[in-house]
Amino acid sequence: MLPAPFEYHAPKTMEEALGLLDELGEDAKVLAGGQSLIPLLKLRFASPAHLVDINKIEDLDFLEERDGTLRIGPLFRHKSAERSSLLASRYHVMADAAPQIADPIIRNRGTIAGSVVHADPSGDWGTVLLALDAELVLRSKSGSRTVKARDFFSGPFSTSIQATEILSEIRIPAARPQTGGAYLKLERKVGDFATVAVAVHLQMDDGKVGSAGIGLTAVGPQNIKAERAEAALRGARLDDATIKQAAALAAEAAEPRADHRGSIEYKRNVVRVFTERGLKRAYERARGGG
Amino acid sequence: MAVETPLKGNIGDSIKRKEDDRFIRGKGNYLDDVVLPGMLHMSIHRSPFAHAKIKSINTEAAQAVPGVVAVVTGALLAQHKLAWMPTLSGDTQAVLATDKVRFQGQEVACVIATDPYVARDAAALIEVDYEVLPAVVTPQNALKPGAPLIRDEKEGQTNNHIYHWEAGDKAKTDEAFAKADRVVKLDTFYPRCHPSPLETCGIVADINPATGHATLYMTSQAPHAHRTLFAIVAGLPEQNIRIISPDIGGGFGNKVPIYPGYVVATAASLLIGKPVKWVEDRSENLISTGFARDFHMSGEMALSNDGRMLGLRVKLLSDNGAFFADAQPTKFKAGLFHIVTGSYDVAAAHVEADGAYTNKAPGGVAYRCSFRVTEASYLIERLVENAALEMKMDPADIRLKNFIKPEQFPYMSATGFEYDSGDYPRAMQLALDKLGYRELRKEQAEKRKKGELMGIGVASFTEVVGAGPGKHYDIAGLRMFDSAELRVHPTGKAILKLGVKSQGQGHETTFAQIVTEELGIPAADIEVQEGDTDNTPYGLGTYASRSTPVGGAATAMVSRKLRDKAKKIAAHLLEASEADIEFDHGKFFVRGSPSKSKTIQDVAFAAYTDLPDGLEAGLEGVTYYDPPNMTFPFGTYLVVVDIDRGTGQVKVRRMVAVDDCGVRINPMIVEGQIHGGLTEGFGIAFMELITFDEEGNCLGSNFTDYLLPTSWETPKFEMGETVTPSPHHPIGAKGVGESATVGSPAAFVNAVIDAVGHLGIKNIDMPVTSDKVWEALNKVGAAE
Amino acid sequence: MGQSITVTVNGEKKSAEVEPRLLLVHFLREKLRLTGTHIGCDTTHCGACTVLVDGTPVKSCTMLAVQADGQEVTTVEALAAGGTLHPIQAAFKQEHGLQCGFCTPGMMLTSVALLQEKPDPTEDEIRWALSGNICRCTGYMNIVKAVKSAAAQMKTSAAVPEAATAATRS
Ligand SMILES: Cc1cc2nc3c(=O)[nH]c(=O)nc-3n(C[C@H](O)[C@H](O)[C@H](O)COP(=O)(O)OP(=O)(O)OC[C@H]3O[C@@H](n4cnc5c(N)ncnc54)[C@H](O)[C@@H]3O)c2cc1C
Ligand code: FES
Ligand code: FES
Repeated sequence: MLPAPFEYHAPKTMEEALGLLDELGEDAKVLAGGQSLIPLLKLRFASPAHLVDINKIEDLDFLEERDGTLRIGPLFRHKSAERSSLLASRYHVMADAAPQIADPIIRNRGTIAGSVVHADPSGDWGTVLLALDAELVLRSKSGSRTVKARDFFSGPFSTSIQATEILSEIRIPAARPQTGGAYLKLERKVGDFATVAVAVHLQMDDGKVGSAGIGLTAVGPQNIKAERAEAALRGARLDDATIKQAAALAAEAAEPRADHRGSIEYKRNVVRVFTERGLKRAYERARGGG
Repeated sequence: MAVETPLKGNIGDSIKRKEDDRFIRGKGNYLDDVVLPGMLHMSIHRSPFAHAKIKSINTEAAQAVPGVVAVVTGALLAQHKLAWMPTLSGDTQAVLATDKVRFQGQEVACVIATDPYVARDAAALIEVDYEVLPAVVTPQNALKPGAPLIRDEKEGQTNNHIYHWEAGDKAKTDEAFAKADRVVKLDTFYPRCHPSPLETCGIVADINPATGHATLYMTSQAPHAHRTLFAIVAGLPEQNIRIISPDIGGGFGNKVPIYPGYVVATAASLLIGKPVKWVEDRSENLISTGFARDFHMSGEMALSNDGRMLGLRVKLLSDNGAFFADAQPTKFKAGLFHIVTGSYDVAAAHVEADGAYTNKAPGGVAYRCSFRVTEASYLIERLVENAALEMKMDPADIRLKNFIKPEQFPYMSATGFEYDSGDYPRAMQLALDKLGYRELRKEQAEKRKKGELMGIGVASFTEVVGAGPGKHYDIAGLRMFDSAELRVHPTGKAILKLGVKSQGQGHETTFAQIVTEELGIPAADIEVQEGDTDNTPYGLGTYASRSTPVGGAATAMVSRKLRDKAKKIAAHLLEASEADIEFDHGKFFVRGSPSKSKTIQDVAFAAYTDLPDGLEAGLEGVTYYDPPNMTFPFGTYLVVVDIDRGTGQVKVRRMVAVDDCGVRINPMIVEGQIHGGLTEGFGIAFMELITFDEEGNCLGSNFTDYLLPTSWETPKFEMGETVTPSPHHPIGAKGVGESATVGSPAAFVNAVIDAVGHLGIKNIDMPVTSDKVWEALNKVGAAE
Repeated sequence: MGQSITVTVNGEKKSAEVEPRLLLVHFLREKLRLTGTHIGCDTTHCGACTVLVDGTPVKSCTMLAVQADGQEVTTVEALAAGGTLHPIQAAFKQEHGLQCGFCTPGMMLTSVALLQEKPDPTEDEIRWALSGNICRCTGYMNIVKAVKSAAAQMKTSAAVPEAATAATRS
């Protein structure tokens, strides 16, 4: 399995990279961790004429909380998320998800931003960002715009990003006290994409749910935000009945397809079970446990 | 690091492996590491369809790519009578398709180029005009009247049926069933899986146009047999063919057959006059080379009310793919499946087998087992589990009740195998004790009250390995003996040359140890060579756990031959009569006066310098060993699982494995073999699967879908051993390379059934995936 | 069209003219003839091709050679620098952590990086860290043992061979 020929560019600055993309348009692909793009090139499922490698640009590998926002740079890799004490203490859903992505060696190179732009409906980060209500900053030569994660995904491997744009920053509202989250993933083995996964992010206020985010992986044409389930939780006490109701709504939001990983009924059921378990775990954590 | 162990390497010594030094330095020499001057690279264009007529092939665009040297099609091969080749089971297989393609991934045309990337670019430009035909993807459908005929090119072939075969005594079995109190039935499917060694298959074919000599570097588990087959297929004089099987990155049966790529690369080298390399991609490996199993089994067991097994009746339907290319002895169409009575004293058994062509890849191989033994072991162990379930007996107790007793050996099975030795209750008891079986049963009962699902799986397998005897077993007509040539040099160092071929089993160490035991030469002083047909005596190769039973026996026998000669020389040196010379661990001495002695090294030197009159010089010999019988390793495996009712996920909590493979030459290596086999068994039980959609598209064509267990999911194994030597093997050893793959899948599945059987779930076919478990639970209203 | 790159491989600067599409694994195996790095799959699953890039394990079948320009690559061939086995190599042999040897270079390099990060890993940490490297032969039991034993060895031996440390510096 060997890639078809292409031209390779390794710009040293963001401006240079954006200039190249502007010039090359649809003929070019950004190369970040390469852990999705290079396999595609090898299988010849993709054969862009140009690759614009952003790895030689400095200062793109960051994770920082500033002005009430958690900011993630385009070269912030899965492995760094896995090892981040900030995420472990306050962004549980991210800390849970990171070690469940691919395998440890792939995580050494793959990036969160690359994962989001790749928009695999079975990818995990998009779901996590949906649960966290993230925003994406898309930069091009002519400027930059900000898109809500929920408006970004438009189908399998498709998003609203333009060929001339680079996802330059992911923005997540900073976690307040009494925040808890969880990411539950059903995979067949390490290195497998999810059969089903559920992201839960809870913000508790005075024993009631202030806000809730629920994202679903691999059960639809794109990562799904279970908005009715989120709404049902908002302002409610997290008793068993509420949890069950939200889980049922999440299961309804799923649009799985039957395949060799399981039937529609099975996948829906896992969404329900994982949402229940995820809510309980997130609640636990919001209260300072687990 | 720890000081190297001072052990000399006698039998029973866990000396460190001699072969490791090169591997840990990255200095192994695997097929893809072979580079010859002027070497070209081959890439194969494969069929996207499972069944289609080839209307035309256009190679112009491919030919035009700079760097392309040749494009080989079936038509070109046909001119040299090479478009078809014989298979290991006496059928024929297309080398490159000419008339139609019969499975997805079939070889259609090959590009030979100066660079592998260019070969790949050009292969993508080959245009084939296909007329798609309806595909047949199950043997049941293949045998229906009016099913599309797959092998229409075969004279006299009017349907997709390949063979019908029977073993055992039908009348006696019918009688046993007539008398039975209960009959337990199980229909199960052992799905298609693949050995997928970490290194794929490949060849570097180098035919010297001036001399006609062919040097073929091949990932071959059986280089000598392959040489003969190449001579027959390609019509090359056998003395001009040299097969070199370099270091092999795992085989597990995958590297037993000859694949079309080997033949085309060889033909291309012949036509072009340059070396040609072909190394498969992983997807090529999975879609086109030797799969395993794909076996539909219906078993019935007749029992008395108190749980005695009276008879066994089995019907089999085998899915052989488009060409019948199973790697098995010609006499036995369903391999050694008739070992199906397993570890039990069953008076009557009858097996019927049918094989069918389908539009799937050919080349059934024994993925880490003797052919079809895994299927047999799986069926009987699953049947016993279900018998226990239906009769409300403990799965361990029903086995203990029916085991062949130690005093019954040698035991003649109802299907005609003479079991050499065994002590089944002892192995089982050890396993039960190690696990704390009875305690865990209590825990299980407690958990069940709370609605939690926990299961304990039991499997007590008996394997049959080490083919021959040559009068019964063959590969493509070649009798299954094996060979060893031993040369002791004047300084007392030795070279041992074998007809078998290691793929990681540690032959360079184990076989040296046999010589150490027999002659007293330290293992460190013995070089073991394999895999080069010019340089080693003829043998049938390494598969079916036959290296130790057959090649190991040959090594012991050739060592003894040299020892006999050495005795004569020692007598001369010690000025005593030969009858008075005794030998013990490398020393020859005169009976009664052990201080008067000569070492094997002294004697070796004398063999070249100081000989008695009339004795030939040298201390060298060769032995071809045809075993009097197979060997029958056995053991008990126990597995504990917990099941998540919400997702159906099965978590293996513990696994205990007690193996008896007779005498252990190097216990460290034996344990390593078992670890590996258990892991492959785990993979087969829970995740490894090659399946097809209705159109015959292969689902499982790379590691994204063909799932192999990693260090994370693989259970931690708790090991135990008993030793019941083989009475007919010179050193009492049985084979061990495969026991664990044969025995463990049933243990895993039985554990799952043990957890859910009380809910009315009697079977879940492999791979036992979480969705299947959940669906089964859901059906009986027990899912979360 | 070629592109010129300079990669520090096992401590030596190597310059070459390569096609951009050339995978790092082929650069190492074909151009530099460092054949200890193996290829076992097409889909970035097996880890047989694992090398260290600036000290971090990377699947060299999923990185372009041009991307390694200006970086340091360590392959299995560098582990026994000066002829002295790295503790991980000695431990793999001692504990029978290899059979066919095909996964071994990748396994050892991943282990070296693990021990660099966690000098005293638990069994679960080892199994987790190695879960991107597939072995078909050993069932992982003895690989885990080998990593543990290397960890113990590296802790006690004050004098880890100099070159071996250099090889694993991140
Ligand atoms: C065997 C295997 C298993 C995997 N398992 C999982 C899994 O379980 N879960 C999971 O979520 N992922 C999984 N992945 C994918 C992995 O997470 C990738 O790292 C990720 O999908 C892509 O990130 P990358 O940085 O490698 O992107 P690349 O491969 O470099 O790029 C991916 C795509 O995004 C574009 N792109 C990248 N960065 C940017 C940017 N900043 N701006 C604009 N466009 C950009 C590229 O042009 C390309 O189209 C797996 C991959 C493999 C090979
Ligand atoms: S070759 Fe398999 S991961 Fe690189
Ligand atoms: S030792 Fe053979 S793959 Fe690991």
